[in-house]
Amino acid sequence: MAEKVLMKGNEAIAEAAIAAGCRHYFGYPITPQTEIAAYMAKRMPKIGGVFLQAESEVSAVNMVIGAASAGVRVMTSSSSPGISLKSEGLSYMAGCDLPALIVNVQRGGPGLGGIQPSQSDYFQATRGGGHGDYHMLVLAPNSVQEMAQLTIQGFALAEKYRMPCMLLADGTMGQMMEPVELPDSAPEMAEKPWALTGTGLSRKHNIINSLSLTPDELERWNIDRYARYAKVEADEVMYEEYLTEDADVCVVGYGIAARVARNAVNAARAKGIKAGMFRPITLWPFPKAALNKLATTCRAFISVELSMGQLIEDVELAIRCSRPVTLCNRTGGMIPSPEQVLASIEEAAAKLN
Amino acid sequence: MKSILKREARVTLFAGHYGSGKSTAAIAFAAALRAAFPDEPLALADLDIVNPYFRTTDSAELLRSLGVEMVASDFAGTNVDVPALPGAAYSITERRDVRAVIDVGGDDRGALALGRYVPALKEEGSYDMLAVISPYRPLTRTVADTVEVLREIEAACGLAFTAILNNPALGANSTADSVVAATPYALGVAEAMGIPVAFTMAREDLCDELKKRSSELPAEGLLLPFSHKIAHGGIVNG
Repeated sequence: MAEKVLMKGNEAIAEAAIAAGCRHYFGYPITPQTEIAAYMAKRMPKIGGVFLQAESEVSAVNMVIGAASAGVRVMTSSSSPGISLKSEGLSYMAGCDLPALIVNVQRGGPGLGGIQPSQSDYFQATRGGGHGDYHMLVLAPNSVQEMAQLTIQGFALAEKYRMPCMLLADGTMGQMMEPVELPDSAPEMAEKPWALTGTGLSRKHNIINSLSLTPDELERWNIDRYARYAKVEADEVMYEEYLTEDADVCVVGYGIAARVARNAVNAARAKGIKAGMFRPITLWPFPKAALNKLATTCRAFISVELSMGQLIEDVELAIRCSRPVTLCNRTGGMIPSPEQVLASIEEAAAKLN
Repeated sequence: MKSILKREARVTLFAGHYGSGKSTAAIAFAAALRAAFPDEPLALADLDIVNPYFRTTDSAELLRSLGVEMVASDFAGTNVDVPALPGAAYSITERRDVRAVIDVGGDDRGALALGRYVPALKEEGSYDMLAVISPYRPLTRTVADTVEVLREIEAACGLAFTAILNNPALGANSTADSVVAATPYALGVAEAMGIPVAFTMAREDLCDELKKRSSELPAEGLLLPFSHKIAHGGIVNG
């Protein structure tokens, strides 16, 4: 039939993962991302893939480690409390230099919190919920189409740099339905000479391990890994700018917050305020240079987020506190309204005069 | 409007695949019933125990303004993510003077909860169960896949579908063309299920054009318009 289909964000992630050639999914249900698991349960058996509902999030993430070690394209998905449980595994994955896609459809926290949307896992995603010196690639889509796109891209990036990649969405993004077009072809799988695929008695065996027996070796691993991270920061930054060229006030937001921000920017422009929007698409690597460059012309920034002030720290760091940055937020499952963001823009603009 | 389904069933149920538009259809149908029967008592029951988010309860205010009594779980739309059925749902089968619309949860899992009301519905013998279908949903793109889902629902709740509600929605990308393009699919499902297409549902702004193109829609079906106000997902438009 028609090329476009009407999908929930969660379904788009699942279908895009399949389109990307992912045939291994290990998970555990939790609202508001359960549709990913439910979709995989229906689809994977029909295409010769593996869907496995583990007995817990901890088991699921360790199964991901196993499958990633064997070199296959693998994913798991969860929501905030479940990601906390998986965080140990994410640290091990980073320590073993394993590529995998981890989806977090955020809900309110801390603790059990609520099932409504939130962006309060920003620190956990970008600073690492697990222990040790490591980073994950963190991708933040703001439409169902982009959820599909970044899912596919996420697998490729994870493999290119041998690191876990997190797709960071929220309950609204996971639940909302939009028309989406899925690609026909999967990105090519990176060569994985390190994978545990059997030596065939023709090569030395590979070892996947995060335990170092000597401190100097562990330090060398860390330094090597950070050299790789530097390359990611140089080459893989993604962001979107909207009406920023002549903007006096710039709203910064990712995911669902950016959609609200965009409406508010339009409303501000209609009132004659030179407002713009900056949307990081990669939260790690954060688009520091681009935002800092914007701060040479834009005189005030507003961080719009569904958290108590997390993204705002990266904004301040990126622009080296050279301009005032204010917070416009809601939490607990509430979403800032375009009117609330507009009021923040007006307030920031008034202070400039 | 008395020609709805060519008979006056007291209870009309909406079931189908997850995300096919059951709640939107139930509300649009309740609004149409109100227009056809301005003085009769009407009730709408939300029996969705699967999805804690998009439900008929989101439209409680609209239903109130139409004078449609809302029967829903106390927990719908809250953080209490439990599969709870409203106690008052039994009133739907008990009060036989009230015309009722029932919004059933998605897929076979959602339809399972309907089972406890089925003996009473069958005994009274005045119901229609509409299969809400869409070829633009990823897991029901073909006639065969759709029929599979519908048969699972019938098996889970113990009621057979009596008619089809064709809902070829593509969100903001819906056009009259995308609606009529779904006609062969709807007729295919209808033939395979052995039941008629009772309705084609479309966004109200497309209905004028669709009326002119009625020859391209399933012949027996009525056009059921729905307003953006009741279509979900329109909270934030980027």
